[in-house]
Amino acid sequence: MKLIRKNAKEQELTQERSGSFKGASIDRRTFLRNSGLAAGGTAVTSMLAPGMMKKAEAASGGTTGGETETVRSVCTHCSVGCGVYAEVQNGVWTGQEPAFDHPFNLGAHCAKGASVREHGHGERRLKYPMKLVGGQWKRVSWDQAIEEVGEQMLQIRKKSGPDSVYWLGSAKFNNEQSYLFRKFAAMWGTNNVDHQARICHSTTVAGVANTWGYGAMTNSYNDIHNSKAMLVIGGNPAEAHPVSLLHLFKAKEQGAKLLVIDPRFTRTAAHADHYVRIRPGTDVPIIWGMMWHIFKNGWEDQEFINQRVYGMDDVQAEVAKWTPDEVERVTGADEATVKKAAQIMAENKPGTFIWCMGGTQHTIGNNNTRAYCAFQLALGNMGKSGGGANIFRGHDNVQGATDFCILSHSLPGYYGLSGGAWKHWSRVWDLDFNWVKSRFDQKAYEGNKSPMHTKGIPVSRWIDGVLEDKNNITQQDNIRAMVLWGHAPNSQTRGKEMKAAMEKLDLMVIIDPYPTVSAVMHDRKDGVYLLPASTQFETYGSVTASNRSLQWRDRVIAPLFESLPDHTIMYKLAKKLGMHEQLTKNIKIVNDEPYIEDITREFNSGMWTIGYTGQSPERMKTQQKNWHTFNTTTLKAEGGPADGEYYGLPWPCWGTADMKHPGTPNLYDPSKAVAEGGLNFRARFGVEREGETLLAEGSYPVGNELRDGHPEFNMALLEKLGWDSDLTTAERAAIGRVAGSKTNWKTDLSGGIQRVAIKHGCAPFGNAKARVMVWTFPDPVPIHREPLYTSRRDLVAKYPTYADRKSHYRLPTRYESIQAEDFTSRYPLILTSGRLVEYEGGGDETRSNPWLAELQQDMFAEINPKDANDNGIQDGRDIWLEGAEGARVKVKAMVSQRVAPGVVFMPFHFGGHFEGKDLRSKYPKGSDPYVLGEAANTAMTYGYDSVTQMQETKCSLCKIELA
Amino acid sequence: MARMKFLCDAERCIECNGCITACKNENDVPWGINRRRVVTLKDGEPGEKSISVACMHCTDAPCQAVCPVDCFSTTPDGVVLHNKDMCIGCGYCFYACPFGAPQFPQNEAFGVRGKMDKCTYCAGGPETADGSAEEQQKYGSNRLAEGKLPLCAEMCATKALLAGDSDQISQTYTARILQRGGRPQTWGWSSAYGE
Repeated sequence: MKLIRKNAKEQELTQERSGSFKGASIDRRTFLRNSGLAAGGTAVTSMLAPGMMKKAEAASGGTTGGETETVRSVCTHCSVGCGVYAEVQNGVWTGQEPAFDHPFNLGAHCAKGASVREHGHGERRLKYPMKLVGGQWKRVSWDQAIEEVGEQMLQIRKKSGPDSVYWLGSAKFNNEQSYLFRKFAAMWGTNNVDHQARICHSTTVAGVANTWGYGAMTNSYNDIHNSKAMLVIGGNPAEAHPVSLLHLFKAKEQGAKLLVIDPRFTRTAAHADHYVRIRPGTDVPIIWGMMWHIFKNGWEDQEFINQRVYGMDDVQAEVAKWTPDEVERVTGADEATVKKAAQIMAENKPGTFIWCMGGTQHTIGNNNTRAYCAFQLALGNMGKSGGGANIFRGHDNVQGATDFCILSHSLPGYYGLSGGAWKHWSRVWDLDFNWVKSRFDQKAYEGNKSPMHTKGIPVSRWIDGVLEDKNNITQQDNIRAMVLWGHAPNSQTRGKEMKAAMEKLDLMVIIDPYPTVSAVMHDRKDGVYLLPASTQFETYGSVTASNRSLQWRDRVIAPLFESLPDHTIMYKLAKKLGMHEQLTKNIKIVNDEPYIEDITREFNSGMWTIGYTGQSPERMKTQQKNWHTFNTTTLKAEGGPADGEYYGLPWPCWGTADMKHPGTPNLYDPSKAVAEGGLNFRARFGVEREGETLLAEGSYPVGNELRDGHPEFNMALLEKLGWDSDLTTAERAAIGRVAGSKTNWKTDLSGGIQRVAIKHGCAPFGNAKARVMVWTFPDPVPIHREPLYTSRRDLVAKYPTYADRKSHYRLPTRYESIQAEDFTSRYPLILTSGRLVEYEGGGDETRSNPWLAELQQDMFAEINPKDANDNGIQDGRDIWLEGAEGARVKVKAMVSQRVAPGVVFMPFHFGGHFEGKDLRSKYPKGSDPYVLGEAANTAMTYGYDSVTQMQETKCSLCKIELA
Repeated sequence: MARMKFLCDAERCIECNGCITACKNENDVPWGINRRRVVTLKDGEPGEKSISVACMHCTDAPCQAVCPVDCFSTTPDGVVLHNKDMCIGCGYCFYACPFGAPQFPQNEAFGVRGKMDKCTYCAGGPETADGSAEEQQKYGSNRLAEGKLPLCAEMCATKALLAGDSDQISQTYTARILQRGGRPQTWGWSSAYGE
């Protein structure tokens, strides 16, 4: 080996380098100055120097040849909606650059976002359509797969009716695909259609929409900059929404207090100013416990309550029962800790309230979410910048998929399933209502209701739709065919019963970029099809972030292998099922691919309820190209082609695109005119109740000509006010065609009623109070009820669960018959679950990404040192964890103080092992994820929310022993 | 002359591992080699702190001092690079490094078996042409030559990991400390040290 002297080498290097820089004519110091600021600075300094992009192209262009194209996309992993710059050369995704000028993430990414380029490799993807024959995977053609799947569906339809095929959709669809999928299920004639929102935030949507009108995050991640206090309960954004911490930290460093309430000392809690540990499932008691101090000390905002809240007296009566002693007895949090939490929120206003799955996934999830709302209303934190209910959604487009109602209880836009809703959508689809009706089962369900008006079976319960005796189900026959389209089955509870259900089905169709656990967890020998779908980077369209902003994604690469975009698969299947003409009547088809922009325009013409009408493809594309023009706190464009608009035209973006509504950055904020994004609470629950008005009193948005509360608008009200003269002839004619003077702001296809109401400063949906007492729910005022599998038998008598129900979403649903039994002697530990930063959902996609998979290679359970020692378990050892219904999972022990004594935590992203058995050999060759592990939900037990059928995944019981 | 440094703001690091996957993404680092890692102290306990660590590009680098074949060199920007053609994979640098930065592939990495691999500050290799295919294969990307900073820092989820000229990042960090009032506000601080 020849040794070279360092100094000599250095000189050589310096020459070499300066030479090469000269050649590339790059002024290095200037660049370093720019990029140094970019990486180190915050919002203000994060603009990418305009020249840099070109230089980057030139530099890497030199390496492999071919022009580098930079494509704008949005990360597909969570609802923050981080902008992505993808560099593509000759159709290959070669680089990923930080989008410093994107208003949501300012270039930042978490582990998942920083690894999205791996989608361009897709080594472990499902590559071809496949079919299980005699227990072996066999490659088939798309034509054969569609033909065989369609034929079997038609047979099942003939014998058992359309409700025997279940259409399980996905929050990974873009908006256009979500809308088309819900329409597809309607054309097939069933409400047995659902997606992940059921098992993530369904209790939020139901609870929040029933409190103040809309069931979505009210403010935005960026608006948190304006908060003085931030309360996070049942959420761990440091792992589930890491880039949101960018915004939380900005507020924190400006002096805002961060308060975390959680059973686990999460990575978010590690950054908190104040942390409150509670027993899982005691959200209502801790909230009422804080409000006890608020009411006792007069910290509530009485003027806000008087003007804008209905039913606070009822809440106050319930809160009075939650004395500090009782709160400590039930939650475990002592008086000083709880009082300090309440005081932080009361003394630092406006404060924002953030929650996630820890609050929603309970049998009383809807009570929890409504208690959170009541807390914010009592403090007057709603409808304010820096305040709000900042509900962080999960998947990248779970907000959009929810808005398009891939849900068994509603049509797109939360129109519901009433006759009026079906007629509205039939008009939008330009189809005869009677044809739509004829597609459904012609028998009557639930007394004398047509199946088209009865809620379908939710995803959380599809296994019961298969396994339950058909005489107990409120539909003609069991579910016989299951379409799992972009869905991980391991994100659902009761794994053993799911396996049995999969084995009982006639037909399983899995449509996904990956085989998913659905391909392997059962012991079927045939009747399973795997159809490869493309990811969102291989198609284009709009996606709705958690803050209701719609962003346009461009296509990064062409579909890999033989995969097809979801909407193309929908069209191909519809063609086989004989309903493609109706499905795409207003949509252009190119090579079996429905034209995305036409789908956008179709939903623009029907989504009046929540204002998905102003976001035309053109407006969204303009914003996407100019995302650097938006202010990173207000999200308002300052100059440029989108001047005055809010980023993503956050819904409601009222009226037609021509009306140029800027979008609504913060819901229910009366400090702005409705035309400029202001709002008030929605009049959704009538105008009065028991002689008391439900309309707002003396509170209204800037410029409201009625200067008080008012009901929602219809043609008759316009006529009464004399405002109908503002309608154009065309608008008047359109209104006449729907229902004359009965036409309301939701069904007027011209948008005229909305336009005129807004012209006079009024919100089309009326101006009412929020209600903290929902008289239509099982518990009008949120109350505490112990979980079905409770660890505290001493509390069951005082806080019992519900009575069993005979038909709840078509299925018998058990409550007290389970809670009656004492499981604590056999299963002494509380079992709870949650997320890891590296993985998403069921994890099939992220565990197939080597950059992520390497970081978390083993499924584990967090156990407190006390419980570990009591059970003879050491850190890192294999253990058996047995759930209270007898299912066992073999995982590694992680002994940690993160969980309290008596509580065991498992992450839910793993799959591919089942009760100790490694199922790797059952994946199609080359499509097995790098990392497999036991699914936490195999051991999770029964339990469903009383309003939405949300599954209980946050408190059950278990026991642990060394394996 | 610029003096390139990394600085990880432990008040902001949330152990999201974005820096690690950004590095893998940018440099095509194979499974088993970790040029960057996140170290967490007091995991799951009050006072939990995380910090992202890679080669710190020391001014008087111990790896450089002990290397028997003298394969290390410092660029005019203060980036410590090593020549993989010269490296004999002995591992002395691994003993000398206070940060555990040097990595030794068990299988082949960048086409060379057993040679040491570490963070290059996204500055490629000492002997290869900037942005060449050879450089990409052997050392990974050369962002500095493109006027960009290491991708780990550029993509950090909370802007905890700072990279750039030491003067600039110390200014940024100082501004943050002043904004925060000069002391950490994390839960557990007051119980440990009093208000």
